[in-house]
This record gives sequence, C-alpha cells and structure tokens, in this order.
Amino acid sequence: MKTAYELGAIYAVMALGVFISYRTLDTPDLTVDSSFTLGAACSAVFALAGHPVIGLLVGFLAGGAAGAITALLNTKLKIAALLSGILMMLGLYSINLRIMGQPNISLARAANIFSIADKIPNGKIILSTGLLIIVVVALWLFLNTKLGLALRATGDNEHMVRASGVDTDTMKLIGMAVANALVALSGSVMAQQQKFTDLNMGVGMVVIGLASVIIGEVIFGTRPILRRLIAVALGSVVYRAVIGAAMQLGLPASDMKLITAVIVIVALALPNLFSGAGSLKKLSKGPVK
Amino acid sequence: MLELENIKKVFFPGTINERIALQNLNLTVSEGEFVTVIGENGAGKSTMLNVISGVHPADGGRILLDGEDISRQKEYKRSRHIGRVFQDPLKGTAFDMTIEENLSIALGKGAARGLTPGIPRAAREMFRERLSLLGIGLEQRMKHKVGLLSGGQRQALTLLMATIVRPKLLLLDEHTAALDPGAADTVNELTTKIVTENNIATLMVTHNMSSALAYGTRTIMMSEGTIVLDVSGAERGAMTVADLIAKFAEKKGRALDDDKLLLS
Repeated sequence: MKTAYELGAIYAVMALGVFISYRTLDTPDLTVDSSFTLGAACSAVFALAGHPVIGLLVGFLAGGAAGAITALLNTKLKIAALLSGILMMLGLYSINLRIMGQPNISLARAANIFSIADKIPNGKIILSTGLLIIVVVALWLFLNTKLGLALRATGDNEHMVRASGVDTDTMKLIGMAVANALVALSGSVMAQQQKFTDLNMGVGMVVIGLASVIIGEVIFGTRPILRRLIAVALGSVVYRAVIGAAMQLGLPASDMKLITAVIVIVALALPNLFSGAGSLKKLSKGPVK
Repeated sequence: MLELENIKKVFFPGTINERIALQNLNLTVSEGEFVTVIGENGAGKSTMLNVISGVHPADGGRILLDGEDISRQKEYKRSRHIGRVFQDPLKGTAFDMTIEENLSIALGKGAARGLTPGIPRAAREMFRERLSLLGIGLEQRMKHKVGLLSGGQRQALTLLMATIVRPKLLLLDEHTAALDPGAADTVNELTTKIVTENNIATLMVTHNMSSALAYGTRTIMMSEGTIVLDVSGAERGAMTVADLIAKFAEKKGRALDDDKLLLS
C-alpha cells in the first residue's frame, strides 16, 4: 500500500499535466508518452553527474519545451492536434536515446533526491506528498489568475476567447508547455525514485494519465477547481491501488497496460451508455415509441 | 467610426463551388449609430460581420475602424475594439466556467493577461452592479456555471460581456433568432438600452423585418453581397414592413424571396 501511494503521488503530477491538456485545452496530447521519458532521461543524466535537483529542474524545462513545440506544430503549421502529439512522441524517442546514450540507465549508485529523504522515517512518502501538494497549490493559483482563466476558457470555447481579445494560439502554447513540463517533472522524480530509467518507461503514460483524471473526477467530483485538482491527484493514487490489487491477485505486470486501457474505455463509455439515443438505458426499456 | 471600402469576399475561389459572398460593399457607420441589417438568406449579412470581425479575411477592399486600417489584423486583435454577440447562445460564453469568470475574461480585453488574481474584489462588485442592471437576477448567481443558464440569459450575459469594456463597434449576428419570443424581446430591449446608454456604433443583423424597423436608428438591406437599400431618419420612421418589401421589389425588379424573412 505504501508503495502504491508513493507511486500514485509521483504519477499524480503527470496526471495533473494530462488534466491541463485533456480537460482545460480539450486536446488528448500524445506527446506525454515521450515527454515523461524525456524528464526521466534528463533527471538520470544529471543525477549520474551528481546533481539530482538540477536534473528535476532541467527535466521540467525540457518537458515544457517539448509541449511548446507540439503546440507550435498545431497552431502555426496547422497540423491536427492529435497528429502533432504523435509526431512529437516519435521524434522525442530518438532525442531521449541521444540524451541517455543507451536504452536504460541504472541510478543505483547515483545521488538522488530520495537518498536525503531516506534518513527520516517515511521520508519518501513525505517528499513525494510535499512535491504533489506544491504542484496542486501552484496549479490552483495559476488557473485562477487572469492568464489561467483565459487558458481554461480556450478548451471550453475558442470563439468566445478570441472575441475577448485573447490569442488562442498563445494560450495553447502556454497550456501545452505547462502540461508537458509537469509530465516531465513526474518522469524526473520517477527515475530517481526507481533508481532506473528506461527508454520505454513512458509508453502508455497518456492513457494512465487519462485513467487517473477520469477515476478522480468520477469519485471525488469536479467543482470547484481546487477540488478537481485534488480529485485528479487522488485518482492517480486510486489507479495505483487498483493496479496493485490486480497484481496481488496474481496477474503478471505485462497485463497492466490492458487493464489500464479497459479502465479508460469503461470510464469513457459509461456516461454515453446511460444517456442519449440508442443507449443501454433506452434499450433496456424497449424501443422508443 | 466604421468604414467599409469596396469589400470583396469570395468563398472557394477557383473551384466549382466558387461563390461571391460580398462585392462592392461600401458602408460608413458613424459614432452612436445603431444600424439594423436585413436581407435574404445568403445575401451576405453574416459574412459582412465575419469580415469586419476578422473571422474571414477580406479578399479585397479596406476596413477602417476609428480611422485605423484593421483589414490585416487578426481576429483576436480586432476583438479588443469590437464586441460580438452570436446567433448561437453557446458560442458567446464558456459553459463550464462561472458567470463571474466569464465576465472577468471579457473585462481583460486589451489588457495584459498576467499572473494577477483572475477576479479581484473590485471587479466582483462591478460585475454584481452591471449584472443587476440586466434585471434578470444573474447577480444572485455569479458563482453558477454558465452551462446552467437558459439561452436568453446567456445572450444577455454575452451582451454584457461584449460591452463591459466599451467597444468602438458592436456586432450582433441574429442574436435573438434562437430565443423564444419573450426572451427575444427582453434581449432586444436590453440591447437598445446598452447601445443607447453607451452610444456604441452597432450593426445588428436580424431576419425579423419589424424588429429591423422597431430597433435602431438606421436600416440597411443587403442582396447578393452588397447594400441595396439604406434608410434612416424620418423616411425610416414612417416606414412599414410592407414599404420595405415594396422598396426591395423596386430596387431589384423582383419580389423578395425568403420565407423566413417574410413570415417572421
């Protein structure tokens, strides 16, 4: 349980990034799969050189840059948002390998942010929770600034935002940068927590992020915005607990991606199945006359 | 205030679907003038508003707002001086955000959007006051999501958002067409009140010929992408809907052909 919580708290930062792109910008951003690894790669390289904290910072900034490029592909070169993310995901794979120099790096001997925390009881949990709280509070404050309001409205209604004198392209750039910076920060911390970085560690991350967002919103609610951010963070912890439980039942780790996909499919489909024409609810009541 | 010089707009140029939406369009609207715009379906009324607001770039001609050529400006830049209310009540507001958040975004027009609090206390007081002037009780619901409002309430809110920073020009694109008759009257009266009190140059597209004559100070009729009739003052004051239809037939040499226009 402790591990599930700790992992959940670290992945929650990634889920909050996905929340920004998926909910506030209304874009499923596939850059996430590679920007997570990008953060981990930067973190690993700097940790090996003895600068674990700088590693987190560089990872965070690199992720932000990756997100900004995805947004530019979409807004300036007019490539569809989904495809922009896919292209970035693919391109970053090579860049990640260049940064790492090899497909995986062990950090067993490297200094990391957790080695300091290990000296106090429950240090890892305190550290990851503290980081999560900082991110939630910062996001909450940010989303309630003038800039944050304009950002949230962009995913809601672009017409209205432009009619209010806001450049929606700039909002997308800022939003995608913040989203991927958070994802990469999560990857950076994860690398140091696991003491290991693998080129493929980000695969499926966007779906895990979506699962956390949806689980959190369904269980813990969406209003007001602070509650929603906390819900997403808790959603990540619940997701880890579900995965942990599935593994305790004896399912192999390789099945977890399938379980994740099923969780997201069910969560996305449920509201549709029980409302609107041709829904299960209607069908169970017989044909509509 | 607003000058359109020889505006031209062609959709799908060079294809089999090529359609000239606007041509030889010239119009001058002075400060405080409230112009109602009517015309058949496809006459170019909405296209004219979209070209002015920058949704579509013009293919020819110049647009001057307060003497400044805005023909090449992007939509969001023009929005700083142009307020808009759309036909679709969903288009003017962010449905998943609260009334006060929507107003705050509108209030930010032209100012830098930095990391300062989204809704300062002073702004909240101002929102409450302005909302109460609408007279539909929205000041009690400032923390409610806009998605919970009716179409009429949303249009009233959008109207307030479009004018909360006084625009040089207000564009209303059939903004009461999607509302029931009662709500349409309320919004029309609010429109007149806000426009006259703030002396805002306004273009209001409507498909209702009696509203076109009842509201505003000047009426123009469009056909085939240009203005065919332009009445104001005493001439307009004495006009009836029947006169308008007759005028159209006289100018175009054919009867007006649009059920929506004739039946409303």
